[in-house]
Amino acid sequence: MTDRFNLYRFASPATFYPLAGKMIPWFAAAAVIFGLAGLWLGMLVAPTDFQQGEGYRIIFIHVPASWMSMFIYLVMAFWAAIGLAFNTRLSGMMTQALAPTGALMAFLSLWTGAFWGKPMWGAWWVWDARLTSELILLFLYIGFLALTAAIDDARRADKAGALLLLVGVVNVPIIYFSVKWWNTLHQGSSVNFTKSSMAETMLWGMLLMALCFWMYAIAVALARARVIMLERERHTDWARAELSGKEA
Amino acid sequence: MFKIILAVIGRDLKLAMRRQTDIVSALFFFIIVVSLFPLGVGPEPDLLRKLAPGVLWVAALLATMLSLPRLFADDFRDGTLEQLALAPHPLGLVVTGKVIAHWLVSGLPLALIAPVLGIQFDLSTDALLVLTLAILVGTPALSGIGAIGAALTLGLRGGGVLLSLLVLPLYIPVLIFGAGAVDATVSGLGSEGHLSLLVALTFAALGFAPWASAAALKIALE
Amino acid sequence: MIYWNSFADFVHMGGYGLYVWGSFGVTALVLVVEPILVARRRKNTIALLKRQLRAETRTAERSPNA
Repeated sequence: MTDRFNLYRFASPATFYPLAGKMIPWFAAAAVIFGLAGLWLGMLVAPTDFQQGEGYRIIFIHVPASWMSMFIYLVMAFWAAIGLAFNTRLSGMMTQALAPTGALMAFLSLWTGAFWGKPMWGAWWVWDARLTSELILLFLYIGFLALTAAIDDARRADKAGALLLLVGVVNVPIIYFSVKWWNTLHQGSSVNFTKSSMAETMLWGMLLMALCFWMYAIAVALARARVIMLERERHTDWARAELSGKEA
Repeated sequence: MFKIILAVIGRDLKLAMRRQTDIVSALFFFIIVVSLFPLGVGPEPDLLRKLAPGVLWVAALLATMLSLPRLFADDFRDGTLEQLALAPHPLGLVVTGKVIAHWLVSGLPLALIAPVLGIQFDLSTDALLVLTLAILVGTPALSGIGAIGAALTLGLRGGGVLLSLLVLPLYIPVLIFGAGAVDATVSGLGSEGHLSLLVALTFAALGFAPWASAAALKIALE
Repeated sequence: MIYWNSFADFVHMGGYGLYVWGSFGVTALVLVVEPILVARRRKNTIALLKRQLRAETRTAERSPNA
């Protein structure tokens, strides 16, 4: 069964494990380089924002973290669909590997949002549609992690988690729409985002930081996927070879 | 097709009638939770009127959650579920029947008792009517979405708490439009927009959720 | 090219120091701790699996027909 299809061969842990091992240092290095460049531009070169003062600099981590939190959820849903459709072992491991990073990104988005909101709006938390949706996204991540952690059998955990992800991804637009609707109805607490035109250096700084977060997420997820692979495939030949090779 | 659904509804209702305490307990849970709020925030009618839609709806969400873990658990334990999964008719239809039966014993009683509790919160007659209507058309969506969670957590330790973790975030749209309908009536705006969206959610949930639940059940039965 | 006049200005962030450094600090902490946790999990897993593998080969050697 192992070598029959090229597609399956590529998606098989035996090929993926060493490949990921080779790729991780590159992604990690890219993350560091993009991060340093982004911080240089954002924190040292970029001028102050005329409306928000220096407080706006939180944008350089808040926006990348928010983007990644949503993007990772979509990627997980993509792997979930692949896993349910083609029954590949790799997809379950990838969703497992991505979920903690996604949850951390959602947490960072909320944390930096609070630290941004306090000086700008005078409150650590406002029930703004975007913040509320981000909070719900964090709940969805926690639900996924809790469900897969509660199931001992790895195959069932993968499938149940994949199904939950697909249900979640269908619901996310509905949730976002309803929260937005709710937010416009309760105008009392709504907050206007001042849409100032961003200076070019600011935009570049933000894009570089977004790339940094992206590369970071890939590197960490691949590293975690490798550990999960070893754990699950410990009885296969390649895993044994890998383990005994390390012994020498 | 309808024969299967009706047969499952009839069977589940018969089983539920043998365990009436479950239904009554969930109903009293709803009543007690709603009655606790005035004790917590004070008896000012203005404040209570403002809180009523949210309080009643959150309590309704929690009350429907109570009976969800049992939705498939008994059939799973005695092997009925496995038989149903192997049967020639699609499992989604069976789940549709179970969802409707669940609504009849959990959502419907809540809708019937809600106006009485609304009086405690000094709601007007219009608002009471809309509240009843909203709970009536909104709770089927809760049963449907809840069935997915119940199927995913079937047979797991700590299933009940896990179930609420999975399902409550997905309940948010129903909460928003359900409470929004009553809120709109209280503040003199029309509730039609909210109610029609609530109906749309219910239809979407009833069409989609049983099949997702059926897929989850098959995963659990493997 | 650098926007700031002094290091003190940089730290002060025009009065927003607490908020800016509060966000950047926690983010940096998370981005450093997460890889460390993954690396530690990897180390522990490999150690555990190696121990299991050695135990298995030892029992296999002792009873070659099993």
